[in-house]
Amino acid sequence: MGNKQTIFTDEQLHGRYHELAPHLVPMDYTNEPDCKVPLSLIVNMPELKENPFRNRIVESFSEGGDGNLSFNEFVDMFSVLSEMAPRELKAIYAFKIYDFNVDNFLCKEDLEKTLNRLTKEELTPEEVELVCDKTIEEADLDGDNKLSFADFENMISRAPDFLSTFHIRI
Amino acid sequence: DNEEDSEGEGDKKKRGKTVSKKEKEQQNKEKKGNVKGKAGQSKGGEKDKKKKNGSSSSSSGSDDESLSEGEMEALKEQVEEKKKLVATLRNKPWRMKRRLDVLKEAQDFVEKFEGALGKGKGRRLYAFKVMMAKVLMGLPYGTIARKTVPRAEQDTAMDYSVLFDFEEQIFFFMFSPQGYCKYSILFYGFYNNEKQIGLLKFRLPLSYLLVGVGIFGYSLMVVIRTMARNANEGGDGADEGDFTFSWKMFTSWDYLIGNPETADNKYASITTSFKESIVDEQENQKDENIHLRRFLRVLANFLILCCLGGSGYLIYFVVKRSQDFADMDNADLSWFEKNEVEFVMSLLGLVCPPLFETIAELEDYHPRIALKWQLARIFALFLGNLYTFLFALFDEVNEKLEREKIIKNETELALAHYYANYSSFYNTTDVPPPNVHPADAIRGPCWETGVGIEFVKLIVSDVQVSYLTILIGDFLRAVIVRFLNYCWCWDLEAGFPSYGEFDISGNVLGLIFNQGMIWMGAFYAPGLVGVNLLRLLSSMYYQCWAVMSCNVPHERVFKASRSNNFYMGLLLLVLFLSLLPVVYTIMTLSPSFDCGPFSGQEKMYDVVMQAIDQDLPAFIGNIFTYATNPGLIIPGVLLMVLALYYLNAVSEGYQQANTDLKKKMQAARDEEKNRRNNKDSTNQVMKDLEDLLPNKSLIPRPIEEEPPLDVEKVSKPTKTKPGSSGNGVNLQKEVSLAAPNPRGPVTHGPGPRGGPPLNTRGPQPGPARGRGRGGHPRR
Repeated sequence: MGNKQTIFTDEQLHGRYHELAPHLVPMDYTNEPDCKVPLSLIVNMPELKENPFRNRIVESFSEGGDGNLSFNEFVDMFSVLSEMAPRELKAIYAFKIYDFNVDNFLCKEDLEKTLNRLTKEELTPEEVELVCDKTIEEADLDGDNKLSFADFENMISRAPDFLSTFHIRI
Repeated sequence: DNEEDSEGEGDKKKRGKTVSKKEKEQQNKEKKGNVKGKAGQSKGGEKDKKKKNGSSSSSSGSDDESLSEGEMEALKEQVEEKKKLVATLRNKPWRMKRRLDVLKEAQDFVEKFEGALGKGKGRRLYAFKVMMAKVLMGLPYGTIARKTVPRAEQDTAMDYSVLFDFEEQIFFFMFSPQGYCKYSILFYGFYNNEKQIGLLKFRLPLSYLLVGVGIFGYSLMVVIRTMARNANEGGDGADEGDFTFSWKMFTSWDYLIGNPETADNKYASITTSFKESIVDEQENQKDENIHLRRFLRVLANFLILCCLGGSGYLIYFVVKRSQDFADMDNADLSWFEKNEVEFVMSLLGLVCPPLFETIAELEDYHPRIALKWQLARIFALFLGNLYTFLFALFDEVNEKLEREKIIKNETELALAHYYANYSSFYNTTDVPPPNVHPADAIRGPCWETGVGIEFVKLIVSDVQVSYLTILIGDFLRAVIVRFLNYCWCWDLEAGFPSYGEFDISGNVLGLIFNQGMIWMGAFYAPGLVGVNLLRLLSSMYYQCWAVMSCNVPHERVFKASRSNNFYMGLLLLVLFLSLLPVVYTIMTLSPSFDCGPFSGQEKMYDVVMQAIDQDLPAFIGNIFTYATNPGLIIPGVLLMVLALYYLNAVSEGYQQANTDLKKKMQAARDEEKNRRNNKDSTNQVMKDLEDLLPNKSLIPRPIEEEPPLDVEKVSKPTKTKPGSSGNGVNLQKEVSLAAPNPRGPVTHGPGPRGGPPLNTRGPQPGPARGRGRGGHPRR
């Protein structure tokens, strides 16, 4: 269901970008204006609204990590999350998204936050601890009790569902 | 990699003579920018490509003359190279702005130079490539393979009896395939035994037999091919148990979800899934009273066997009773008594599975194993019932055959009398056939139609029972729970009875059993296939509605079979079991003498023999005679057994080779990671060794210093088990079996390598690995 369009004219994407903040985004982009749509408006897009990681997603694609996206970054975000983006690229950004404290490692706190977002905090603290410990045990290769990008990539490249779930269609 | 921002723009303007290869790479790479997602430029995505494709070669003209032949070649090569590189532009995790800048410059450059290369030939080629890509991406993602329904459709496609008289179907619908229906094309008895009918001389009996047998052959092929295909998709080598929690954490949320209700469902199912895995994990560490558990399990199995035996006996009893009923007058029987057998069977199929589940709670198995046991038991129930039914039916058939003999004698006697009377009365030998209306002629009991009728009744009652169950068990229950909840003391929705669950495995099993019955009954009631098709269509819509309106997702999130091969295996088994009765009857029982396409023959397969003898050229008949000689068949069978054995051995060899390759890949990957990490050895044993040894450089140590490890590793040169050996020492690439690998612990990064001896032996192996890769040592 839904359209399978993966190539857009600039009008379509620009249209979507514009309607997020009509007063802010100019219609004419030939002069390459430097305007950014704030985070709060982007996470209200229907494609992102229900996603527990929407804030992190937008922050990962913004230049300063503050979540305000220029049009290029906006396009970049949906490009990476589209069907056609290669696996390695998606893995890179997935790692950034789940890295809440932006220290280039998925440490235990990051995992706990991820898990709590996924389960809406329905698990008991002991269960959360168990799951995070097991995750680190499974994926950590260099023994530093946190997941570096190499660990993450090694694990995610074998995952059968990664490409189909890490996908947003606009 | 290229630092493209520093490319020399000025170079592009030159006539290509001094354009460096690297720059050309960058520029062409940018030029080929796949514009998905790059529509942010002033040119739109599709317009982009068109522009590249169709723009004029105006810029190229002036460039042509100044390029020499060699330079043209060089340019061409470089352009091609860059095009390839450009295709990977998408893979770069650069910011959008960077990519756009790079792309823009490339476009300007290539438009100028590609014209110089071949008057737009390159452009046309590029255009073609781009259009191909567009076409491919526009195609839908791929259809979802349907696994069970097509078979019924295929069966129908093979069957030629598609004419339906709807008036007769009304009778059918009134639960009684007696009356007109009995004599319709729905059943075996309708078909005439004339060798050829109609204008086209269609050989009815022969085709009937061949189609009947062909259905089985075709179904067999389809099922096995599907299973083989599924086996290939079984996985790319990653063990399922390796990353359970990691995958659940990072790949369970579906980013496509935009609906709040779906999102809620997803949260719930993720939570349940995590809880299942946690339970899974804790079960492995549980250790309880083994004896009590064993006793309970034995008890449970005993109880279930009693249930199965009881149900089998019940069916037998009921079938025997139905034979007595058949002797009584039809009018005296109530509707229930007429259809008793089928209803009992359907009811058993309804009541026993929940009973099994309750008993199975004694066993305290892991949920996935318990599910498999449950499915196996339901399967046994179905089989037991069906075969009891068949045996009882068999008695009936024999009885009918006996009766038939009597009738046959009577008919022949009557005919003889008629001829004798006629010829004696009219004094001629030219006796016309008796002037009897077809409806009045004595008909033998047509046992094949009888069997067909039984199967049709079975299917019909199955349909009724299942529809009623859904209506009452799901819909009515949902209505009650929803509306009575307002005025009830306890929360009906959360506690008992709550909404019905949609049981996936139960429904799949139901489909498989339905298919088994069709396979069995299709030979005797060809119309059954069409009827079943209608049933499947209607049941699909009906159940679809029921699920959407009154069911909740099942509690258990895991599946009995990852790739559906478990169910395909069951289907295959059912196919074989359905094949047996049909083939047996074809081979042993003699057809009725006055009904069906084989009437008059000794055995049903005689039509094939006749066809071979009479219609095919003589030498084919000879071939068949030779082929059926036991002296030829037994060696043939032997040959097939040997081939089986050989293929099995070969496949095992391949599997072994696969595992070895996987291990090697794993080892290579680890080595790569280790080199990247630049870390100290984390293995305790290696650390101790490090302390012992005087020299901590990369120069390979003399072999004597590490005999214990060497011996251990050299003894298994090709089997590397990273992470699962006791001390976790990793054996990297084996360059030669003779020379053991030097295994100095890496204390610095892979800096300047040691001397030649090291190089000839291959790259430095990594230090010991941590845990968590491959097999878990704890498991």
